[in-house]
Amino acid sequence: MQHTTLILIELGAIFIGLGLLGRIAARVGMSPVPLYLLGGLVFGAGGFVPLVGLGEFGHIASEIGVVLLLLMLGLEYTARELVTGLKGSWPAGVVDLVLNFTPGAALALFLGWGGPGALVLGGVTYISSSGIVAKVLTDLGRLGNRETPVVLSVLVIEDLAMAVYLPILTAGLAGLSFWGGLRTVGLALLTVTVVLLMALHFGPQISRLIHSPDRENFLLKLIGAALLVAGLASAMQVSAAVGAFLLGIAISGSTAHSATKLLEPLRDLFAALFFVVFGLSTDPRTIPPVLGLAIGLALLTSATKVATGIWAARHAGIGVPGRLRAGAALIARGEFSIVIAGLAVASGAIHGQLAALATAYVMLLAILGPVATRFVEPLSRPFLRRRKAQPTKK
Amino acid sequence: MDMEETPLPGIGVRREITLATGRRVGVVVMRDGQIELIVSEEDDPDACAASLPLTTLEAAALGGMLGAPQLVAQLTDQHSELPNVNTQQFVLSSDSPYADMTLGDTHLRTRTGASVVAVSRAGRVIPSPGPGFELLAGDVLVIVGTTAGLEAAARIISEG
Repeated sequence: MQHTTLILIELGAIFIGLGLLGRIAARVGMSPVPLYLLGGLVFGAGGFVPLVGLGEFGHIASEIGVVLLLLMLGLEYTARELVTGLKGSWPAGVVDLVLNFTPGAALALFLGWGGPGALVLGGVTYISSSGIVAKVLTDLGRLGNRETPVVLSVLVIEDLAMAVYLPILTAGLAGLSFWGGLRTVGLALLTVTVVLLMALHFGPQISRLIHSPDRENFLLKLIGAALLVAGLASAMQVSAAVGAFLLGIAISGSTAHSATKLLEPLRDLFAALFFVVFGLSTDPRTIPPVLGLAIGLALLTSATKVATGIWAARHAGIGVPGRLRAGAALIARGEFSIVIAGLAVASGAIHGQLAALATAYVMLLAILGPVATRFVEPLSRPFLRRRKAQPTKK
Repeated sequence: MDMEETPLPGIGVRREITLATGRRVGVVVMRDGQIELIVSEEDDPDACAASLPLTTLEAAALGGMLGAPQLVAQLTDQHSELPNVNTQQFVLSSDSPYADMTLGDTHLRTRTGASVVAVSRAGRVIPSPGPGFELLAGDVLVIVGTTAGLEAAARIISEG
């Protein structure tokens, strides 16, 4: 069979499979990400149905998927939201970073995966999935709750931290020297600051440059700008994903709104392919040996996320039930943990087991997070009532 | 009364007031313009007992229902410079002779000098109703006139 023919058939089968999985996910109200990963595992090398020949296309498509994921993340926020979030909630951001980066990094060091491994696994355990969290809070009708802005501002800081973290990660994985790494990080910080300032002062102008009343025209300009900026950022060693994220932040107002609408289906398509390709590259036989570790790490970092939420909510003057809700909401990890693991796998500079561990870990927490968020209230109520009742007994 | 506006990064904005009873009532306005009405829970002031998605029309209707008394206060305020001009609202009760008749049938303007500037019905405010406007029981008529004129209008509306 011709090579192209084979790829068309494979892609068709993959997308139909993903569509069915997505339908199951929607029916039980969960994020489709873990199911996409599962799909990739089943079809990949060493999987039940070996699927090969996607090669170059799969690689580029998943790269575009990452660019679109980060571009959409940037579009969700305005520069002002990021700056106010940073000003108001940086202590929570620091607590979050210390509590949740440390367990992953420590485990990687313990397993002897070295500095780059620690950098990767720390990032995987640090970043909550803003996509999953926002969706769960909306579905549960908790947008009006007082702890919700606290949760969201922690997420904002995490997402902004990505813009600094990803270049560090790229440098670390490329095995740059200390000075080389420092130069990259300095450059990244400078770029982020300049883009934030530009977005604050010239947001409308940048948006006007990209905007077009014609849908087709707008889409081409938008994708073109995203890929161009991502490529340039990558050439400057600042990571392609960060370039796309910063472009998303710079686009604001109604342009950002219509861009989101336009890009959503494309993002869903390419991001799904990204998750599958990541799953494909992981041999399912490598999962069982690390499953115990993944479960342990998932439980530990669920606890640290809950602690983060409790701390942040308490800091904002929220009552005990609200603190628990905030903590549980933050547990979910998802797309960005996989983005980090994906970058690491692509670089080839990390231990082979890391991908398997990250896959199992994200699959666990993408499912556990929403469930914990949903049930933290009824589960904690009896305990809280008893606590409330005690003083009246005296 | 405190009106509080809290940004919800990536989602929209929450606007709410804290009532005298301590409970919060407000709306979450999403970035795509969708509106949710929120009412806080009694036991746990941080949580919400209800969060109802409203269509634009429903939100406007609810706003009108809550805002009708405010309209009178506003008009009164506007006339406060003019001596002896007042605004008052009258409910058209079901035993009024003018229920199911037109506004023109009342000859209110000719008989009292007072005029109906707005009618509030089922949460919607109909401004400057014409003589052909059909009155229904339950309508709230917002009338501007002199004190004597308003007294006369009240009599006409209830007794004919």
